[in-house]
Amino acid sequence: MFVDVVIIGSGIAGLSAALEAKVQGKSVVVVTKKYPIQAQSAMAQGGINASLDPKDSIQAHIEDTLRSSQGLADEEVVEYVCSQAPKAIEWLDSIGTPFSRQDNRVALRRLGGAKAPRACYAQDYTGLKILHTLFDNCIKEGVKFLSEKFLLNIIVEDNSAKGVTLLDLRSTKVEQLLATSIVLATGGFGKVYGAFSTNGFGSYGEGLAAAMRAGAKLSDLEFVQFHPTSLAKSAILISEAARGAGAKIVDSKGERFCDELATRDELSRAIWQKLQSGERVFLDMRELGEEFIEKELPQERKLAMIYEGVDPVKDLLPIRPAAHYTMGGIDVDLDGKTSIKALFACGECANAKLHGANRLGGNSLLEAVVLGRRTGGVAAAFENEVVQKEYERTKADQNFIKALFNLPNRIDFMERQEFLSKLLYNNVGIEREELAMKGVLSVIRQHQRELAFMGIRDKSPLYNTELVQFIEYGNILELTEAMVVAAIQRNESRGAHYRKDYPEQNDTYKAHSIVWKEDGVLCADFKGKR
Amino acid sequence: MKITIKRYHPHFDPPSIDMEYEVPENMTLLEALHHIKQTKDRTLSFASMCRSGVCGSCAVKVNGKEQLACEYRAQDGDYIEPLSVVEVIRDLIVDFNASLDTLQRASAYPLQMHSGMSEDEERLVERQSDCILCHSCYSSCPVFETKSSFLGPFALTRAYRYVVDSREEEKRAHIDAVIENGIWDCTLCGNCTEVCPQGIDPKSDILMLQSMASRFGYVNPNLSGFGSFGLEF
Repeated sequence: MFVDVVIIGSGIAGLSAALEAKVQGKSVVVVTKKYPIQAQSAMAQGGINASLDPKDSIQAHIEDTLRSSQGLADEEVVEYVCSQAPKAIEWLDSIGTPFSRQDNRVALRRLGGAKAPRACYAQDYTGLKILHTLFDNCIKEGVKFLSEKFLLNIIVEDNSAKGVTLLDLRSTKVEQLLATSIVLATGGFGKVYGAFSTNGFGSYGEGLAAAMRAGAKLSDLEFVQFHPTSLAKSAILISEAARGAGAKIVDSKGERFCDELATRDELSRAIWQKLQSGERVFLDMRELGEEFIEKELPQERKLAMIYEGVDPVKDLLPIRPAAHYTMGGIDVDLDGKTSIKALFACGECANAKLHGANRLGGNSLLEAVVLGRRTGGVAAAFENEVVQKEYERTKADQNFIKALFNLPNRIDFMERQEFLSKLLYNNVGIEREELAMKGVLSVIRQHQRELAFMGIRDKSPLYNTELVQFIEYGNILELTEAMVVAAIQRNESRGAHYRKDYPEQNDTYKAHSIVWKEDGVLCADFKGKR
Repeated sequence: MKITIKRYHPHFDPPSIDMEYEVPENMTLLEALHHIKQTKDRTLSFASMCRSGVCGSCAVKVNGKEQLACEYRAQDGDYIEPLSVVEVIRDLIVDFNASLDTLQRASAYPLQMHSGMSEDEERLVERQSDCILCHSCYSSCPVFETKSSFLGPFALTRAYRYVVDSREEEKRAHIDAVIENGIWDCTLCGNCTEVCPQGIDPKSDILMLQSMASRFGYVNPNLSGFGSFGLEF
């Protein structure tokens, strides 16, 4: 099969890219491992930033974003995205997004780190409603979807991408899909923290891992955003919108100990330190009142009651920080170009350097829409020679899948995965130090060596979800190794990366960490380090 | 406590059996399914993603009624089976391709839109646009037993969401798209409304579409039979 543009991932970034590529009259296929609307984007609650308030300005949006990035954002990218934001909201409105309204205009709420109310929202279903609106428009425009296909690898020859290999879940057969340009929009890898992540099952970063195997450069992987307010038992997210509206964070004695509207990295650390001292921490939403919570935060109330057995209208919600968003990713420029010809990336899997060391709430949906569209447009206009044949990569992947069925399965990978996620949360999480991280790194490498002794118990070729989980675990081991290496080499604290052994910011490290693979060996460096 | 799951694998003989599993108390059904897969039976197949009721992946039937596994607390003795109407692929995993096609057939997307709406206008589409396409309504709909070409509740609710959207200019074309295999085939039984995890009321949306269609000159074919008695209303 051959198409002009193949997009891997059907979240907001992928669908934005697809619509833009379609405008240019190209054949566009969106590949998803589930069904089109079953994407992490649906979980975004708080909002999408645009300076629309009369007291706000594009300049203020730029400044807030740069301040939060702690020197690691690309000013050109920040300026572009922030200045495009009002137009992006206008576009989303014009294609049907049902944003909440106030005084007959798109309503705005204030999120942490923002000087003004800047987040456009649709109750606490912002991501869901944007995603579904984009999906409806994709149907209208005739974007083709290939569902239930899992990305294995990118086919590359002479540093030029020719297509992808996909695992068809219904048949467990490996297929190749060739394309003039390939856009990765596969989302982040926050779920490597397992039960300590707000992310859904599936955010294991197969796009990043495939890009790394193909030789692409990844950057800033050590910057993982921990969201300060997830439910203590289940790591289900309670949106920043709650704090924006006045919810308080309190300790066991009911006393406040932090500024609720500080940035996510600062708040997560403050809460983490309380928890480490044996205290419990709660979100107090009671003062918001039942009417407000029902109107603006209906989803939060439902989830708190199901998962924590607590009604936030009446009681305190137990919380803890959880891995939420990965700022780093496949290194791209403003056009979404990676270091491989014809390979593009956008959304959370990419690092266009909009967020730097710490992302502001409301900026990720904005990035997905603005840079998704831009990347889709550039990818559609791109020209590349692709010989239509069966590539070596495809044959190798076919053999790889066959081999997985024959692995001895003497070590249970799911136990290993759970163990690793705890190690990562406690040692490469909110607070880090060298010795502990080196310990984690040796565990990861040990697990890598043991992969050949793991395997799957389910031997069915029909929709084998254990097989998919095992491949995801392989990706986790590849990516977390790169993430931990990047975290160890950054001997300073900056944004979400906090080192107990180097608690101060050190501008020798005001540079982007870069990781890549050469002949299967992981290499790491800084770009522009003094 | 124990729950029973209806297993299905077309390569096996018999393809379908009921299996009972011991699971801990105080879990959502989705947590219980993950617990079974991790600790007891790696072959158990089910779909899930967000575990917070927005991705629409994990709807199943519990004791005959559609539920999101992530929003339902498992109870002793529960009987779990895949959704109805849609084709079962394996265990609790079902096919959404054919059903999602109804959105295209119902033109459930914006046709000709401008931007800008008021608070009151937004409220008209607020509940309908909470839809997560989990297929609970689709599974509960009895019309499919006799008419597989029916557009079904979620596509009709979404069509209605675009008809009443004040930004949409092509209202007539939306109505035209839901006449055949659409609004007149609904029996108004209300199953869809009862099972929707998002509190959406497709039955009422379909009724609204029917009354709009009448205003555009369409006649309910189920009522036209009265004419044969020679009565004029």
